[in-house]
Amino acid sequence: MKVTDRLSRGLEAPICLTWELTYGCNLSCVHCLSSSGRRDPRELTTDELFAVVDELAAMQVFYVNIGGGEPTLRPDFFALLDHCVASKVGVKFSTNGSRITPAIARRLASTDYVDVQISIDGADAATNDAIRGVGSFDVATAAMRKLADAGFGEFKVSVVVTRDNVEQLDDFLALTEGYGAQLRLTRLRPSGRGADVWDQLHVTAEQQRVLYHWLLDHPTVLTGDSFFHLSALGEPLPGLNLCGAGRVVCLIDPVGDVYACPFVLHDQFKAGSVRDAGGFTKVWRESALFTELREPDSAGACASCGSYDACRGGCMAAKFFTGLPLDGPDPECVHGHGEAALLAASARPETGSGHSRRAPVLVPLSRRVGAG
Amino acid sequence: MTRYALHPQVGLRTETFGALAYHYGNRRLTFLNDDTLVTVVRSVGDHDDVESALDAAGVPAARRDVYRSALARLAEAEVLVDLAGVESSGDVAR
Repeated sequence: MKVTDRLSRGLEAPICLTWELTYGCNLSCVHCLSSSGRRDPRELTTDELFAVVDELAAMQVFYVNIGGGEPTLRPDFFALLDHCVASKVGVKFSTNGSRITPAIARRLASTDYVDVQISIDGADAATNDAIRGVGSFDVATAAMRKLADAGFGEFKVSVVVTRDNVEQLDDFLALTEGYGAQLRLTRLRPSGRGADVWDQLHVTAEQQRVLYHWLLDHPTVLTGDSFFHLSALGEPLPGLNLCGAGRVVCLIDPVGDVYACPFVLHDQFKAGSVRDAGGFTKVWRESALFTELREPDSAGACASCGSYDACRGGCMAAKFFTGLPLDGPDPECVHGHGEAALLAASARPETGSGHSRRAPVLVPLSRRVGAG
Repeated sequence: MTRYALHPQVGLRTETFGALAYHYGNRRLTFLNDDTLVTVVRSVGDHDDVESALDAAGVPAARRDVYRSALARLAEAEVLVDLAGVESSGDVAR
């Protein structure tokens, strides 16, 4: 059996578990997947967080990707980190860098089993701050400097690829390597507040081709298998090239709800809660949703396409939030089938404002140029 | 004489198809797609050499080469450490 078939049928525990600790955030990025801003009073307590770690350790989950919101805003963040490490659950956490002081950088550098990922969405302040807010580029790069100075080694710099920053791939790589870090690129999803800006910011068909070849030329750049839909352009990209939702990945949100992946925070993809009887283990192994996701895929409208084996129909979340059927082409299908489908798509699902403090406004590029 | 042990930074998790091995240092994931191989990998550190680990796991003579080369690949991937190699190169002292 091929590895991808084996993985599609599910595992005893996830390979890659994303755990968002809080909806609170001191930024309001226009594309935030979880529509974060304000904390939710129902967020898991410290005791509940620790109990989840104990469960993950018992399931032998090797590591968790911690995010938010801004996870370091939780007062118990470092206690949780220590509990994970002591339980042999490795941690990679995503941060905007605002809470990384020189002392914290030294502490992180001296802890095994902890990796840090700092987010930027432009290789210069003007491009980045249009997405993430004024001053956020300087804050992020200052944090990178502190980690480098503390001797952290290869931390990660994570970028969501957009229409406006896709021309900066070489600049991102140079910036990242300047701090001794490793670049990670991921796909813009129409999830959370990303739904509001996706039409303006998702990469064009021509940009996708450039990105695909750039990724093939730079195999050490990490992608979290984000761009597997591009494998339909030819030679497959490195990685598993399958949708791992509910099969090898899932998400625990700040209130303990478990979703199929980090990009589908919607009731339709909620499998249960860590607060349910049986906890996370039972949700992962027995929930109706995850059981269904582990059934063999139907190629649906893609069945007659010669590239289906390469792209597997693309990203479930991207389809869902653009109103496309889940057994049809990805909205960014490299053969243009998604573009055609979007012309006659269903109404996009209502996502609401989530925990947003206020609706962030994307500054149009024409006004950004020259404004700095 | 080849002598292996599970790398101290590797975690092994039993799965229906065999096991997953995760290296906490280089963060690489390796698939072990055979239950007998998983048995050998778990126990190889308790044996003085590979052959006695293969004996204990009941690997028949005709299949030895397959398992020897699988173990060598796992050593390259740092799932296993080659203790004989380490001792002779003096790495242990450093």
